[in-house]
Amino acid sequence: MKAPDFDYVRPHSLGEAVGLLAAGAGEARVVAGGQSLLALMNLRMAAPALLIDIARLPELAIATEDGEAVTLGAGVTHAMIEDGRVPDPSQGLMARAALSLGYRAIRNRGTIGGSLALADPAAEWPAVLAALGAEASVRGPGGRRSLKCAGFATGIYETQLAEDEIVESIRIPKLSADARWGYVKLARKSGEFATALAVAVADRAQGRFQIVLGAANGAPLALDQASRALASGGGNLDAMRAAVASDLDRAADRHFDEFQRNLHIVAVLRAVRQVTP
Amino acid sequence: MTAIRLRLNGVEVAKDVAARTSLADYLRERRNLTGTHLGCEHGVCGACTVLVAGEPVRSCLTLAVACDGWQVQTIEGFSGDPVMAALRDAFHRRHGLQCGFCTPAMLITARDLIRRGKAGSEAEIRQGLAGNLCRCTGYTNIVAAVLDAAATQGARDAG
Repeated sequence: MKAPDFDYVRPHSLGEAVGLLAAGAGEARVVAGGQSLLALMNLRMAAPALLIDIARLPELAIATEDGEAVTLGAGVTHAMIEDGRVPDPSQGLMARAALSLGYRAIRNRGTIGGSLALADPAAEWPAVLAALGAEASVRGPGGRRSLKCAGFATGIYETQLAEDEIVESIRIPKLSADARWGYVKLARKSGEFATALAVAVADRAQGRFQIVLGAANGAPLALDQASRALASGGGNLDAMRAAVASDLDRAADRHFDEFQRNLHIVAVLRAVRQVTP
Repeated sequence: MTAIRLRLNGVEVAKDVAARTSLADYLRERRNLTGTHLGCEHGVCGACTVLVAGEPVRSCLTLAVACDGWQVQTIEGFSGDPVMAALRDAFHRRHGLQCGFCTPAMLITARDLIRRGKAGSEAEIRQGLAGNLCRCTGYTNIVAAVLDAAATQGARDAG
């Protein structure tokens, strides 16, 4: 189908975009790559009265690096991360995740900030950024505030972002050179959304151990017991399986069926195996 | 209606478009460039793939107004392109199409794979073409054609 009618505006600054969004009183949406939003509009599942195109805003195109972290503008595309055209804080994890996301034609347009802000439960970036301990800087009419990516999504397509706020950039702490990571996306076809998504990060030098599950019937799910098992080596497969099972048990609100439960456990165990060869 | 200017297949064009007009509809309905095909209109089938600013994009998920000032290249705009010429020849020889609906976007996607050096093996090509659905061929002859064309280009570059 075709999208229903709407008005379109391309502001020249992020401040102007925030103003337009606030004035839109819930009827306006920002669009960057539009690779999810335009699909939802074509399917008539979304019908904003006003689209505010932020794809070309210079403020969102930044990619900077300091000693501790890399900061990526919200408008950085998946393909830029895939190709290494922006600095990598993650020892290759982010490029690997980008490559698994949709198809090249989607990755050329879709943005990391858009993925985080939309909070599709099966999307790659919300889980990866949570596992990396990233923080999003968001701009509203009252100024900037910082939000941890872990906890940024509060549910399915629900986030802590207020109606008049826009994700401006994401600051991602660097992993140590000898850090290891695991990334396993299970999907029935290359490029489709995940049915299970496990991200494991083990950075012994910094004492950072984190396993996060995506495609988890809601926001990314931090697996606390599994993360602790990873910190103490992670090599014992039975102990790790029990830890993951216990984490899943405690997430009763996600209502995993047996099939999903199995997929999640398999994804996590495979990701852990990549960390602890 | 919003006025947009594009460099479309090498020619400057200007037109007024409604905000809701996708790039695909603009190309097909307003420019009569019907080689760009519309299958699913939500980014899954890949049949509408064109180049915007030199990179493949889904023209069903791209608004015409959002392309203002950019270069757009459709399947009608590749005369004189050596990679596209090699692909067309290989698709012909290898019988890489049946009904032809997916073919324009297959060619544009395959050209991008070859130019980025991502067409070195059958597995790599299959991964790279995963976003372009073909309901006729079973893909075997398409993959063989892209492998052939990539080899020709490799030989050209080496020569």
